Amino acid sequence: MAVEHKIVLKDVAKTFGSNTVLDGVNLEIEKGESMAIIGQSGSGKSVTLKCILGLVKPDRGAIWIDGEDVATMSQRELERTRAKFGMLFQGSALFDSLPIWRNVTFALTQGRARDPVKMKKIAAENLERVGLDSKILNLRPSELSGGMQKRVALARAIAPRPEIIFFDEPTTGLDPIRADVINDLIVELVDDLGVTALTITHDMASARKIAHRVAMLYQGKIIWRGPRDRLYDSGNPYVDQFVQGRAEGPIR
Amino acid sequence: MTTIFDAIIRFLASLGRLLIGALAAIGRVATFGGTTVARMVRPPYYPGRVFEQLLQMGWFSLPVVGMTAIFSGAALAQQIYTAGSRFNATSTVPAVVVLGMVRELGPVLVGLMVAGRVSSAMAAELGTMRVTEQLDAMTTLRTDPYRYLIAPRLIAGLIAVPLLVLIANAIGIFGGYFVAVYKLDFNAVGYLNTTRLYLTATDLQMALVKSAFFGFFIALMGCYHGFRAQGGAAGVGRATTDAVVSAFVMILLSNMIITLMAFG
Repeated sequence: MAVEHKIVLKDVAKTFGSNTVLDGVNLEIEKGESMAIIGQSGSGKSVTLKCILGLVKPDRGAIWIDGEDVATMSQRELERTRAKFGMLFQGSALFDSLPIWRNVTFALTQGRARDPVKMKKIAAENLERVGLDSKILNLRPSELSGGMQKRVALARAIAPRPEIIFFDEPTTGLDPIRADVINDLIVELVDDLGVTALTITHDMASARKIAHRVAMLYQGKIIWRGPRDRLYDSGNPYVDQFVQGRAEGPIR
Repeated sequence: MTTIFDAIIRFLASLGRLLIGALAAIGRVATFGGTTVARMVRPPYYPGRVFEQLLQMGWFSLPVVGMTAIFSGAALAQQIYTAGSRFNATSTVPAVVVLGMVRELGPVLVGLMVAGRVSSAMAAELGTMRVTEQLDAMTTLRTDPYRYLIAPRLIAGLIAVPLLVLIANAIGIFGGYFVAVYKLDFNAVGYLNTTRLYLTATDLQMALVKSAFFGFFIALMGCYHGFRAQGGAAGVGRATTDAVVSAFVMILLSNMIITLMAFG
């Protein structure tokens, strides 16, 4: 047991109404590892992330972060644990009422408008890291293109230097070239900052590029996991059908 | 026989479901309000956000509240005059205007106008933030939406609506005065003297207590429905409607309860 588990999910289940989304998910993510979860739309990938973040309470099972059980935490401990996370949302989820620099430094000031000079400097540094010019500091999110919004959201997620970053469909809605720019950024962040990354995606090119290991979620369970090189010869008919995008196969 | 029993049982079951649904909703709102209060006593505090909301709820509501009050006061004076003239009681105009305005019309009309303006805006704003995952994003950015978004709105509601009601009362009384003196030939000094005579501290206190409740419910309904919105644009639309309707109901219901308790 030399490896250090950053996140452990054991038998996590969640049902909304009559719809069982997660049905006993088991997953371990090591420190400094980049893991991708692939699966169809609606297979419970986002719910898995939200369970780990404590935004959704699982019906069953346990989640450990750095060896601590999330379920037994008080509100205060939960807030401290959440400070370890950063997240890139699928739709960027930038605060449209705030300028870019306040978006990027939101976690640092907990939403307060303080130290504008210092905060703008920090915002500019983080924007530079994702390849954006500091000219956009005072713009509003709606004034940027979708690809730029995604990069601002990435800058916002890394600004407080989280230990773990979640990426929710980081390349969805972007053209292939911009998608690859985001992929490069994610690889760079994992390598440079040493963060633990968990990405959910149905973009195979992206999964193969950014992840060390890949797990497939199907009908609320992890049905396969392995190194990214094995993704195309997994020997699992479900994974084969999914990665090759065939309509015919065991998945209907 | 069995079919009649079945029908009765089905009827009772549907009544029960309705009751349970209503109780569950009350429980959810109470939990939401309780969570906010429990979180806002611990830092970080957001005085700047409270000020923003005070401006939004209070200052920007002044035109619509002022108009509502002056029109209602003026119409009230004319109505009392017409009704009073049938039994020689036109002299009751200033007394009825001041009592009606301070005790009932001021708080309720201001409450309803602000609810229409503010509950809807809050539900739409928070609902949009919910469906675009901005609320989840905020949580991952070390900021508690209850403290950052909800608490300032509840505090602003508690402060802004009573202040608006005080102003509306003054404007409404002035509206009545205007009609009485310039249209109905009342003596200006006499009118004001009677007004002062019937304007009591107890009534004003009651108006403030009522309007503090109204302000709280306006903000609570806007926030609660916005926070729970789901299902894209249509969901935000539903949340907005629900916020306004439930704020109206809460205002009228609590007004009745407080009035019956105070004068019963």
